[in-house]
Amino acid sequence: MSSAGIRKARLATEDPIWVKALILTLVVAFLTLVLILPLGVVFTQALAKGWKVAWAAVREPDAVAAIKLTLLVAAIAVPFNAVFGLCASWAIAKHDFRGKAFLITLIDLPFSVSPVVAGLIYVLVFGAQGWFGDWLIDHDIKILFALPAIVLATIFVTFPFVARELIPLMQEQGVAEEEAALSLGASGLRTFLRVTAPNVRWGLLYGVLLCNARAMGEFGAVSVVSGHIRGLTNTMPLHVQILYDDNDATGAFAVAALLCLLAVVTLVLKTTLEVAQPDVAGRRAH
Amino acid sequence: MFRRRSAIPGFGLTLGITLTLLSVVVLIPLSAVALKAAGIGWDGFVAAGFSERAMRAYRLSFGAAFAAAAINGVFGMITAWALVRYQFPGKTVLNALVDLPFALPTAVAGIALVTLYQPGNLLGVWLDALHIKAAFNFTGVTIALTFIGLPFVVRTLEPIMRDLAADVEEAAASLGASRWQTVMRVVLPSLGPAWLTGFALAFARGVGEYGSVIFIAGNLPFKTEIAPLLIVIQLEQYEYGAAASIAVVMLLVSFAMLFVINAIQAYARRLAA
Repeated sequence: MSSAGIRKARLATEDPIWVKALILTLVVAFLTLVLILPLGVVFTQALAKGWKVAWAAVREPDAVAAIKLTLLVAAIAVPFNAVFGLCASWAIAKHDFRGKAFLITLIDLPFSVSPVVAGLIYVLVFGAQGWFGDWLIDHDIKILFALPAIVLATIFVTFPFVARELIPLMQEQGVAEEEAALSLGASGLRTFLRVTAPNVRWGLLYGVLLCNARAMGEFGAVSVVSGHIRGLTNTMPLHVQILYDDNDATGAFAVAALLCLLAVVTLVLKTTLEVAQPDVAGRRAH
Repeated sequence: MFRRRSAIPGFGLTLGITLTLLSVVVLIPLSAVALKAAGIGWDGFVAAGFSERAMRAYRLSFGAAFAAAAINGVFGMITAWALVRYQFPGKTVLNALVDLPFALPTAVAGIALVTLYQPGNLLGVWLDALHIKAAFNFTGVTIALTFIGLPFVVRTLEPIMRDLAADVEEAAASLGASRWQTVMRVVLPSLGPAWLTGFALAFARGVGEYGSVIFIAGNLPFKTEIAPLLIVIQLEQYEYGAAASIAVVMLLVSFAMLFVINAIQAYARRLAA
């Protein structure tokens, strides 16, 4: 083929310059309206009355209690789902059995359930009228409107995050390396720790990152089971809502700005992982 | 035989843990909703799950979720196209920003969007001049659901666009097709299944969304009340049966959506093979 022919073929897969300009303008305008301005609004509103007011809103006892509760809930829910994700992906990706596709669908189920319904199910199980209601009252165990239900609801909504990141990754990596280690006499646990774990660590970190962002930010499910007791069962997102409903916009946006920082840090780490480890991190839409 | 033998150990243990946790955390509690709805009888279920107020709420939730998914279907597609095909300054930042709705707590998105769009405020002032009301109505709900659904469409389309073989486009061009014809006849049809998947994912997420919507929705019964909010209201009035009935209707629709998504993907795989 002549060089002129090659050049024409290349140009043929490229959009004309005016189309590029039009599409980029539309994209930037759309993302500005939907993503960038809302993000900016949080910080400008938080600082509308100055740093001191914003800082005071974050340091106030109910806010501190909410921050502590959010961290505690994430510290329980995220490792729980990481362990679940590792178990599920080991069983599913490293072995062949019937009903595998169905099992994956079941694991994905929480993603297609409204967060409010996720909260409702635990009310129906642990509430006063629920399955275990009488028994729990008799034994003076508080689950609903207390930490256990908040943790459970959070685990439910973040349940698939780590598993669905690890399953395709482990499936792609196959079992050859594990079989080699086992045939050389390594124990199952040693094989997992020395062969599998290093291979999937970045994928695991990626899943944990997204899981953590959702765990700390969950609103609907937690709102239904928390009971909204200030200083006791309010997580950060619930605290934001209470302040906002009380017409304390500055306070609401100050706490919201903290959550925004969490989101920005999550996105920076996520992007870094995707650039540094393109083969293992983030090939799935969540 | 239920499973093929393999040399890899730990199958029983890990599958056991997986099934146990799945049952305890997800399956058994979910069944509580179905049992509760069944417990109030068929008439009770229909009365609560299909009441006038519930029907209005579904119409708002499903209608706005559909509108938002359609908006994302257009703008999400050109966003994915720009991210895959063009080089421009700030691309990395823009690419990271697309995932903001996954990372930003929904309640934060909710108060930010209502502050931005409500009449008399920031953007609201401009919209007032155009006589557009973009909060406390259908439009407001649609804006919130557009925010929530965007990454689903972009992230589903991106890998497919990246894998689009350049030689197919070159072949179309060398056979005399204009750029417009190539895009319309070659590029867009091959994106079809991924686009539908992204649309369905955004739609399904929008139907159940709560946190980002309730601040901008208005929450007036029969008018601007979304279905998840109606569940919360029934719960607060200790109408557990009614709450469960509405939840069952929503779950059935979600599962139908999930089934459709899987069918589209299976169809696309068959088409590719």
